Amino acid sequence: MFKLWASIVKDVRVLLRDKVGISLMFIMPVILVIVVTTIQNSTFQLMNKNKLTVVVCNKDAGKLSTQLIATINKIGMFKVAQVDKKLNAQQIADGMHANDAMLAVTIPSDFSAKIEAKANSSSNKALKSFGLQADSAKEVKLTGATPLILYYNPSIPESIRFSVNGALASALQIVESRETLRTLYFAINEKEMPQQLENEMLNGKAEINQVPVSKNGSLKAPNATQHNVPAWTIFAMFFIIMSLSGSVVREKVSGSFIRLKTLPTNYAVGLLSKQITYLGVTMFQALVIFSLGLWFFPYINLPALNLPADIFGLFIVTLACGYCAVSYAICIGVFANTQEQANGFGAVSIVILAAIGGLMVPSFVMPGALKTISQLSPLHWCIQAYYGLFLEGAGLKDVMISIIPLVAITIAFQAVTYLGLKRKNLI
Amino acid sequence: MSSLAVNIENLGFHYPGNSGITYDGLNLKIAEGERFGLFGPNGAGKTTLMNLMTGLLVADTGKIELLGHSIGTKSKAVNKLFGFVPQDFSFYQELSPVENLEFFGAWYGLNSKQIAQRTKELLEILGLSHVSDKPVQNFSGGMKRRINLAIGVIHNPKILFLDEPTVGVDVQTRHAIINYLKELNDNGTTLIYTSHQLSEAEGLCERIALIDNGRIVREGNLDKLLEEYDHQNLEDLFLNLTGKDFRN
Repeated sequence: MFKLWASIVKDVRVLLRDKVGISLMFIMPVILVIVVTTIQNSTFQLMNKNKLTVVVCNKDAGKLSTQLIATINKIGMFKVAQVDKKLNAQQIADGMHANDAMLAVTIPSDFSAKIEAKANSSSNKALKSFGLQADSAKEVKLTGATPLILYYNPSIPESIRFSVNGALASALQIVESRETLRTLYFAINEKEMPQQLENEMLNGKAEINQVPVSKNGSLKAPNATQHNVPAWTIFAMFFIIMSLSGSVVREKVSGSFIRLKTLPTNYAVGLLSKQITYLGVTMFQALVIFSLGLWFFPYINLPALNLPADIFGLFIVTLACGYCAVSYAICIGVFANTQEQANGFGAVSIVILAAIGGLMVPSFVMPGALKTISQLSPLHWCIQAYYGLFLEGAGLKDVMISIIPLVAITIAFQAVTYLGLKRKNLI
Repeated sequence: MSSLAVNIENLGFHYPGNSGITYDGLNLKIAEGERFGLFGPNGAGKTTLMNLMTGLLVADTGKIELLGHSIGTKSKAVNKLFGFVPQDFSFYQELSPVENLEFFGAWYGLNSKQIAQRTKELLEILGLSHVSDKPVQNFSGGMKRRINLAIGVIHNPKILFLDEPTVGVDVQTRHAIINYLKELNDNGTTLIYTSHQLSEAEGLCERIALIDNGRIVREGNLDKLLEEYDHQNLEDLFLNLTGKDFRN
């Protein structure tokens, strides 16, 4: 026991003097979690609180294009900046730059006329089907509507572009529906449709309430912090590979290992000591990053982290994730022959495991084969367990389904490490 | 002859792919309390033999015993019997001398009280007390050599293997190290030593073995060998027995 204790003391001392290693293990993930959460939070705010500036070039002189612009404004997602109707595509692009806008819409000159024609046609068809108009009534032959043109900055994410497209389509639908309704009303009653009735018919639509489904019945909506803090905590834990595997390799290739092999103590004690020391490091990393989310994020206008109700579950999940990260790092350290090998392979493999594990893009959006592969990444099970606790209000019992595979992967890493040590005659 | 510190019988060893030195039926006996020198040109097999005696390499055939205990067994008990001072600096450069001695002392099986006592003694003897808490990485080569030695002897070993313990040090450090080794030997520690510093070896070793190409060319009492071959010093004897050709 004294040998193990002496080894832990030695490892802690060596670790504390490795300034670069400590920076990689603590400062890098702290910066990462702040930066990524801030960016994702801004995206969320851009879509929900701030307004996207959209340049509108209305080439139509009719009233419906004005209604369309009013409807776009009413959606609440856009700030409309109207420009001269005579502008060409290049000038519109310049207008986007001038207004610092990512989007521009051109309303064609026949916009109102085409919608009115379509409304008349639809109205006639409706009257005919009600039996209120003779079959011989003249049908106007419709030509296809000239499309609106949506210009966008190529740097705008596809997801935002689709949201914008959906919002514009919805605005267009409202204008078309209103016009059809007015035309039909006029055809039947030979007078304008009362504003109140129009409002009741068009605005009285059912609302959509978004409700997060949680296991503990909590109705707190998840935010960027809830997603990012667990994800980057896992990333930080696994990134100890840069220090830990390097430490194992350094010991192997430096003279100290020659002496260690001649001592009356098994090197397994040294590896156990490293596991305990670095497990402590991973737990401390989690403590630092969670504390940051809890107390520091509100100071920089980011949503605060909401800790799960099951704190013991959180401790166990963190312990399981940390031990898996330590086991992986030692496994790489045992097999790598140089520090460059350990660091290079270690860093790249963690980024790959993080990507396929669903830390960067959720695994549920991955294609079928990749979804299966993602289950081989220990980081996948880590994030699943954390999401269970942080986002779904689950308890330890509920996330055991993620902890069990994580423990199995950890055992596999330990077994491979043991075989590697035996093969290299290190124990 | 008194009881044996080292007994090597019919030793066979080859590196994988037969690269490097090969031993085939080597025999060597070193008595307890001896100051024994192992010399030979570069690539002669000195370090390989030392690695075999310390268990860093495993022999293919034959046996190696240290104080009657086979080194080939997996038992770590035999490792307590000897100390090893490798040619490379074998400690943690980030740690201070005290911290290194605390760690290696514990791994040699000493308790904290024994470690503290031996650390104090060794740092005083080897002139390192004034830098006992400074990181070793900033030390001179000579100071690092003394720490390398201190770690190898912290547990008062009965046998001490020294692989070029004074390479790259100044005269003062060499003098201090050699004197300390003689003191250790006076207290009963068997010294098994390799070096290319033949003049230094002459002052330290009583008995020597000259190795070349994995075999012992000559072995015996140093004075008697010099007399037998009519040479004034070990260097002449060395050149006579191993030739003047360059070695890899």
